[in-house]
Amino acid sequence: MAAVPSTAAGIADAVASKQVTAREVLEHFLAAIDARESEINAFNLVTADAARAQADAIDADIAAGRPVGPLAGVPIALKDNMCTHGVETTCSSRILQGWKPPYDATVVTRLRAAGAVVVGKTNLDEFAMGSSTENSAFGPTRNPLDTSRVPGGSSGGSAAAVAAGFSPVSLGSDTGGSIRQPAALCGIVGVKPTYGTVSRFGLVAYASSLDQIGPFATNVDDAALITEVISGHDSNDSTSIPNPPLQLRGAAREGVKGMRIGRVTDLPGGAEPEVEKALNDAFDALRAAGAEIVDVTLPSLSYALTAYYLIAPAEASSNLARFDGVRYGLRVGAADTNAMYGATRAAGFGDEVQRRIMLGTYALSAGYYDAYYGKALKVRRVIADDFAKAYEKVDAILTPTSPVVAFKFGDKVDDPMSMYLCDIYTIPTNLAGHPAMSVPFGNGAHGMPIGIQVLAPALGEQAMFRVGGALESARAGK
Amino acid sequence: MSDSTLSSVKATEDQLLEGGWELIVGLEVHVELATRTKLFSGSPNRFGDEPNTNIDPVTLALPGALPVLNKHAVELAMRIGLALNCRIQPCIFHRKNYFYPDMPKAYQISQYDIPINADGHLDLPSGVRIGVERAHLEEDTGKSTHVGGATGRIHGSDYSLIDFNRAGVPLVEIVSRPDIRTSEQAKEYAAELRAIVAAIGASDAKMEEGSMRVDANVSVHKPGTPFGTRCEIKNVNSIRALGRAIDYEARRQIDVIESGGTIRQETRHWDDAEGRTHTLRAKEDADDYRYFPEPDLVPLDPGQEWIDRVRAELPPLPAERRAMLQALTGYDPQSEAVIVAVERGQHDYVKAIADAGGDPVRALIYVTQAFAEAGESPSVPPADIAALTVLERDGKLSATQAKTVLAEIVANGGGDAAAIAAAKGFEAMDNSAVEAMVDEAIAADPDAWAKYCAGEEKAAGAIVGRVMKASKGKADGKVVSAIMQSRRG
Repeated sequence: MAAVPSTAAGIADAVASKQVTAREVLEHFLAAIDARESEINAFNLVTADAARAQADAIDADIAAGRPVGPLAGVPIALKDNMCTHGVETTCSSRILQGWKPPYDATVVTRLRAAGAVVVGKTNLDEFAMGSSTENSAFGPTRNPLDTSRVPGGSSGGSAAAVAAGFSPVSLGSDTGGSIRQPAALCGIVGVKPTYGTVSRFGLVAYASSLDQIGPFATNVDDAALITEVISGHDSNDSTSIPNPPLQLRGAAREGVKGMRIGRVTDLPGGAEPEVEKALNDAFDALRAAGAEIVDVTLPSLSYALTAYYLIAPAEASSNLARFDGVRYGLRVGAADTNAMYGATRAAGFGDEVQRRIMLGTYALSAGYYDAYYGKALKVRRVIADDFAKAYEKVDAILTPTSPVVAFKFGDKVDDPMSMYLCDIYTIPTNLAGHPAMSVPFGNGAHGMPIGIQVLAPALGEQAMFRVGGALESARAGK
Repeated sequence: MSDSTLSSVKATEDQLLEGGWELIVGLEVHVELATRTKLFSGSPNRFGDEPNTNIDPVTLALPGALPVLNKHAVELAMRIGLALNCRIQPCIFHRKNYFYPDMPKAYQISQYDIPINADGHLDLPSGVRIGVERAHLEEDTGKSTHVGGATGRIHGSDYSLIDFNRAGVPLVEIVSRPDIRTSEQAKEYAAELRAIVAAIGASDAKMEEGSMRVDANVSVHKPGTPFGTRCEIKNVNSIRALGRAIDYEARRQIDVIESGGTIRQETRHWDDAEGRTHTLRAKEDADDYRYFPEPDLVPLDPGQEWIDRVRAELPPLPAERRAMLQALTGYDPQSEAVIVAVERGQHDYVKAIADAGGDPVRALIYVTQAFAEAGESPSVPPADIAALTVLERDGKLSATQAKTVLAEIVANGGGDAAAIAAAKGFEAMDNSAVEAMVDEAIAADPDAWAKYCAGEEKAAGAIVGRVMKASKGKADGKVVSAIMQSRRG
């Protein structure tokens, strides 16, 4: 057997051209999981048997000369908030423990149709609420680069799975930075596409107007490949944009010659000095590659965090109300229905989830709506307007992904505000509905990786991938 | 819920209640739309199926399920809006949040500040115009059955069963302005609204099956003073009950005020058996619904082209149908035959019989009497009925004979009236023969005749019976009565 390629694109080519079987590829990654998963805890569930059956079916197709998809034999890990038919989907919450959806999320359907092999469901901050994966009911995930540190979150399991070599690619969901921040902390590529580009059908909702599914990969080309496969209109999601799938792999190799890249002069401060330096290095690299660096201002950015922590909890308080012990998941018996709701939800939800449900319920309450939720919606519009003005002058904007590199367990988990600040650079794009990606660029304190964030206007994924590809090339050239 | 200061309609002197009180009523009417599937999913919208068979991930609010708006439901809502003279506007959906076991998402997708239909009116057959504030789209809840306990309500029950078949069924909630001043008007409004939504195919509007549900906001005040505090009356399950509930509630409120008390704003439950309302929950116990825009749906803008098409395709409304039958038959538009024919949608069939040369009045009577179960367009060719009406009108058949022939035509789905009449041996009797028979009958039973002449109408039966026997049933009862009356002088 030939060596298993390290990239998803390489694996798909090798499997399709019979240089290696899908089963051999899978066993390679299952062996990696066996070797280190007990230390990392990236997965809530490894679906080895189902994956073997799927890989064998692909091999049978290839042997019989039947056509296979663009991800033939590519193992992929799924964040455990995406529904998988007949396979436990928990959101890392006790309240959903044991629940097996009767359907696949649209992204899962598309991945399977493309020939991807689902290796398992990855750990997350409960219901995607957190920035360190410490809020999982099933224990934290460890950063494969330094297991004393967090992998970021909330998609920490999916990021760690790729960083640890458990699967070449994975899917996460990003509501306020939950793909990009863990990608940065684990030294890999993470993409949040434009809101409405990837179907949310089958994604267990945290904050519906902000949630978006996207890929983790070791490289920009693989991230482009996965985004292409999972994007495109889905009639099961009313907020899905009626567009065909994105075409990105070409753009990622195009370079940035002639592009205008924005530097935000009034970016909220607080980033570690190494992070600031990496951002400057990134601008230098893009200038050297032929881009023009243009100063822009985004004055409303400092309000984004506050607006987010009203809008997201408000939607969450409503989205999570269905977990009432009546139809599925945990039920804690009590004297009457209202007491049963209370007991079930108190036992089923962790502290952070309860905190956000209470925040959101308060923000929507009669007499407070205008002051909190209503005002947050106004801030959201102002942020979108500020971005629109900036994008009159530039094609893309560069910021750090996270103000800090991966931190130690326990550093922030008891201080919600400092944890929330981890997402200060990632949240504005969610509020605007724009795409953004994190590309590893340099190392910071303790040798931990730094991620640079590329922002682009709505449906500006091609520009974004051009910049992402150029950053990757510049890093490789160093 | 209307702002009660928005109505400038005044009760007339004779509409005021005893003691000079003016009744103020606004109605909130929910109708289930006659769609094939639910408002946000592909499950069937069907009444009476086995519990929990018309369900799917969206209906059960499984994690990850998302709503997709049913276009046909939107179109039916637009029909209602147009029929009620509303403005149809770009709109959005909101979530109305509250916990209840038969509400699977723990929120109802409804419309809040921007409904699809706004600012219309409904003209009552009696001529009064009632404002319609809005008619918005929303989804129905499931149905709970509370087992055990004294009240049939969730509190105190042993356990509850939930049927999610109804969850997600599309509803339009039609909110009137507080323009209604009498319980009669309230009944008229509900009946006319029911006729309208049925006529335009938006809903079967059966109050007994719950596909039309009426809540009444009732208050009383003295004219010239601000409106009183209102109470919302729920569980009104028929139009008759609506009138009774409003009358009871007005009386109750007046009694409270006149004995020095004040009305609390509350929701009250109508108990039809007891004939009274009682407190369901006070305003301060009401849920805070925490409305906010539904992020899983995009704004809905029907657009002028769609609105114009729905308007062009809107069938004639009941008022127009009644006017047509009035012009055709001379009957009062509020007469029972006209109302029944319009309610069943058989007005066009009546007209078709008339157009085929039939007698319009007899056409209306035949149709209302013989086609109760036949639906809008009975399968009997209109010309067959037309021929029968002509035979009766021209005296070739008595009313009794015509009824027999009609029954046969209906049973066979059509037929030649003259041939059927001939086969049955029906032949027209000429009036002179009948006159002779009447005279013979009078001679044979002078006692009965004397009583009849003294004004005892019942005594006519004996004479008529003799004539019918002599004519072997061929004499027209109406003709016999007419001859007897002329003989009596």
